[in-house]
Amino acid sequence: MEWYILLQQMINGLALGSIYSLIALGYTMVYGIIKLINFAHGDIYMLGAYFGFYALTKGGLSLGPALLLSMGLAALVGVVLERIAYRPLRSSPRITALITAIGASLFIQSVSQIGFGASFKPFPQAIPFQRIAIGSVFITNRQLIMFGVSIFLMVTLHLIVQYTRIGKAMRAVSMDKEAAMLMGINVDRVISVTFALGSALAAAGGILVGMYYNRIDPYMGVMPGIKGFTAAVLGGIGVIPGAVIGGFMMGIAENLVVALGSSTFRDAVAFAILILVLLLKPAGLLGKRQREKV
Amino acid sequence: MSNAGASKAKRNAVMALAALCIYGAVQLLALSGTLLSYHLQVLSLACINIMLVVSLNLITGFTGQFSLGHAGFMAIGAYLSAALTVFYQLPFLAALVLSGVAAALVGIIIGLPALRLKGDYLAIATLGFGEIIRVVILNIPAVGGPRGFTGIPRYTSFGLTYLIMIITIVVIRNFIDSSHGRACVSIREDETAAASLGINTTYYKVTAFAIGAGFAGVAGGLFSHYLQYISPAPGQIGFLRSIDILIMVVLGGLGNITGSVFSAIVLTLLPEFLRGFAEYRMVIYSVLLILMMLFRPEGIMGKNELSLEALESLVGRMKNRKGMRSDGTS
Repeated sequence: MEWYILLQQMINGLALGSIYSLIALGYTMVYGIIKLINFAHGDIYMLGAYFGFYALTKGGLSLGPALLLSMGLAALVGVVLERIAYRPLRSSPRITALITAIGASLFIQSVSQIGFGASFKPFPQAIPFQRIAIGSVFITNRQLIMFGVSIFLMVTLHLIVQYTRIGKAMRAVSMDKEAAMLMGINVDRVISVTFALGSALAAAGGILVGMYYNRIDPYMGVMPGIKGFTAAVLGGIGVIPGAVIGGFMMGIAENLVVALGSSTFRDAVAFAILILVLLLKPAGLLGKRQREKV
Repeated sequence: MSNAGASKAKRNAVMALAALCIYGAVQLLALSGTLLSYHLQVLSLACINIMLVVSLNLITGFTGQFSLGHAGFMAIGAYLSAALTVFYQLPFLAALVLSGVAAALVGIIIGLPALRLKGDYLAIATLGFGEIIRVVILNIPAVGGPRGFTGIPRYTSFGLTYLIMIITIVVIRNFIDSSHGRACVSIREDETAAASLGINTTYYKVTAFAIGAGFAGVAGGLFSHYLQYISPAPGQIGFLRSIDILIMVVLGGLGNITGSVFSAIVLTLLPEFLRGFAEYRMVIYSVLLILMMLFRPEGIMGKNELSLEALESLVGRMKNRKGMRSDGTS
């Protein structure tokens, strides 16, 4: 294999990986706080893409405002979802909550299929396509936007979590919910904010991917959802920098397999990584191992 | 002791009689032309689904190991049995037995490492294994790759499917009633406590997993020879199928065999009646699933198995109430 093919796939991997990171952040924040695998997270990413689609076509907005609008709407969906489906089950067994999350995911998919149509829609090209050549390697302007917007959002999230009051509250709740409650932190509000932030990031990812692949459909969230979750597990679930690292690693690994010439095995890579991590280092790369207490 | 044995024998006799009566009734209705071959096909599908649901219930409901990869075992059985009958002209029954054994072996291979995980991690790992099985099948050109495996002979008849379904239920029921089954239930209730009482939790978890996988494999074999075609689409042998089976288990009640049978029948027949609402099927299912978890997480029937004793006590209660009208539901 020529070296530049490898380099090209690395670049594609970084671009795609930034999306996995955005999705993984939502999983990891929610899991860190309420120990729930929010199966519907991938579907919120899909909704984000559709909100963006309608904002760009019917609303006639340009990319920036469309992105913000879609993130806001997705945040709302995330908060409502948590309020209706997850909050009543907070003290139930985790399996009950997981089944509910699967139900929520199926619900969003099937309602979107009816509402938006089952066939895919071409995503409007908000930004004219450009290709920048560096030697024999190409970078598209969409890849740069994807990467840039993702990094910007990640930095923003980092600032929110580390330097604001609500961020401090989020860290406190994820460390010890009961103690945080006793300190006067409104846990319900913190959980709502967590869902809002995670959903907004996923929606941004959905729009960027819609633009990248030029097409969106009601099931586009299933595989990226699982891959985003894998990325979160790989980095250490509940650890925010872990999600970012995991996402980039997933994107690169996947594109390297494509470079090796087996694109049909592309989706199996995610699962192979997931299983290996779970079996060999279940706490993930940056996670701390927790002892089981009786 | 002898009394218990006698009541058990009586129970078995009545159950066998009931199973025979249902079979006889279906055959009579078919002969008289009330049930068309289309109806018999739907009933065969219901039997296949019952096998899938009961076998997953053994893993998830009784042993408490949450699996999202059950369709993977079904896929192994479906493809292997089809390959055996099409390429090697093996008798159908032999192909079914072999595919059950193969699925059980894969269940052991997957179960040994995966069952060390717990709860949602196990769920996601089994999902991963199921999808890997699917992707591997997708990449075998001999069985059609992404186009699917066509030209499978139709060997699945209602009578055979019904018989195998009854065998499945009897075997799993007896397993649960044995000391092995009680060990499995104890793992579900509290794994740490079970281990501290000397139960080899890994052994029992893997055993339950392998038995469940094996019957899913047989069900898969019946399925591919029912449909005469099998494709590696997520809805047929992938993730979505696993969730379909899981929904049936949950609606019938985790750890409730009659509940599984009931929900498998209802959820197989329902789409046939709701043909016009096909696109709303998943909306209804998902809402049902969420409402179920919110208001009745133990399933429609909860822990109440439909058994002879339950029927007897119901009849007794109705006799006692004589004058009062009671329709005896609940």
